[in-house]
Amino acid sequence: MTSREAEPRIVIVGAGHSGGRAAEALRAAGFVGPILMLGAEPYPPYERPPLSKELLAGNIEIEKTYVRPIAWYGENGVTLRLGCTARELDLRARRVLIEGGGSEAFDRLLLATGARARRLRSPGAESRRIHYIRDIADCLALRERLRPETRVVIIGAGFIGLEVASVARQRGSAVAVIELAPQPLARVVAPEIGNWYARLHESHGVELRTGTSVEAIEDTGSALRLRLSDGETVEADVAVAGIGAIPNTELAAAAGLAVEDGIVVDAFGRTADLEVFAAGDVTRHFNPILKRHIRLEAWQNAQNQAIAVAKVMAGGNEPFAEVPWFWTDQYDVNLQVAGAPERWDRLVWRGDPNARAFTLFYLAEGRVVAANTVNNARDMRFARMLIQSGKTVDAAALADPALKLQDLAR
Amino acid sequence: MAADGNWVTVASRAGLREGDIAGVTVGEEHIALYNIGGEVYATSNVCTHAFALLSDGWLDGEIIECPLHAGRFEVKTGKGLGPPIPCDIKTYPVRIVGDDIQVELAG
Repeated sequence: MTSREAEPRIVIVGAGHSGGRAAEALRAAGFVGPILMLGAEPYPPYERPPLSKELLAGNIEIEKTYVRPIAWYGENGVTLRLGCTARELDLRARRVLIEGGGSEAFDRLLLATGARARRLRSPGAESRRIHYIRDIADCLALRERLRPETRVVIIGAGFIGLEVASVARQRGSAVAVIELAPQPLARVVAPEIGNWYARLHESHGVELRTGTSVEAIEDTGSALRLRLSDGETVEADVAVAGIGAIPNTELAAAAGLAVEDGIVVDAFGRTADLEVFAAGDVTRHFNPILKRHIRLEAWQNAQNQAIAVAKVMAGGNEPFAEVPWFWTDQYDVNLQVAGAPERWDRLVWRGDPNARAFTLFYLAEGRVVAANTVNNARDMRFARMLIQSGKTVDAAALADPALKLQDLAR
Repeated sequence: MAADGNWVTVASRAGLREGDIAGVTVGEEHIALYNIGGEVYATSNVCTHAFALLSDGWLDGEIIECPLHAGRFEVKTGKGLGPPIPCDIKTYPVRIVGDDIQVELAG
């Protein structure tokens, strides 16, 4: 039998969702060596989707977001160093240097440093009334401010912005949303779905301003005044910006690893250094189904890519190959999105687009390249199978609710 | 015989065809009923990961897949099958009385 001392020491930089799932998967795969996880936040690994949904609404406790209860780490030989930021990677000496002094040796390294919220750059953007949501502290700070008398302006009608709008309306705040594109969710779904979401939010009393952007922000001391590119002015007590995320690639880039809007890795999470891996939001990884590199800011990727890469680190040789998959919950509507198409030439509706539940398929040259389910999650499994198979489909059959999707996917 | 347990009629046997899932609510408890190969099974209907009703999910043989985040459980045992599932799901004893599906609730 091998002794623990003979086993390599794995250091995971980043104690987010990916880091936590990787540690768990390393143990599940039989890795018995020491594992050290470094996390800048004071919390153990947690899932981020509730930060703009249930946790922001105050419907769950913080602990419900944890990947594992904090005791799990000690019980499984995983050392958590929280409130601890990695400053530099010394790949030659095989050490991670720590902010404030000291360093940690590794034999094998996983970079799971995630992403951070993109900040507004308009004049006045330093106002403390402007919020972002990336971590638990951000969520709790904003939650304090979402009160019935509060006027909230949201900048960016993506998943995060619209989820915050939904929670804020349910807490009784007045909500305005500002979006540069002609309709919401322009980066992730077809305009038809974006327009469906525009109507959903307007029906809940959200004031939606599309085709415009923030030019300048003035904090009057008692409120915010936002000057928009269309000449209008919006007043609010609180602003929330959901304008994308930036991968935390600085450590990797400074260490000489390949970085192109994300740490570049293959389908196994490998960098050019044989003992250095990366997983989660921070990676630009090769997806064997899409046959291209992609960077994803998503729960599925944070979890499943981390598990796949951890298995490789423990000696496995299976690539991570899944159809990208995202979801958002707003009011009583669950939208799921599969696929990351660069283009499509046809939309096929399964169900009535004016109803509260339906599925939309995106086709390119007769193949399903993406799908959206609106309150229709049961179709999602088969939609993903159709995308993954890459086979040509009969559009009329897809649109026929009398035909079972599982038979078409087979 | 010990005193009869706390058996509650929750659905009609004829209404649950093979491969079907149904969600029922008894008091505060959400219960999912499954017909697998002609046998009826019952579990809690709420995923242990996030709030979702398993009866909206996909029954794949003896495995129920959550509609929200694709977490999976063995229906017969309630065993959670890996991430993101943090713990197993509660199962209920089931019996068929005439056309009634009955589940046994705790005390």
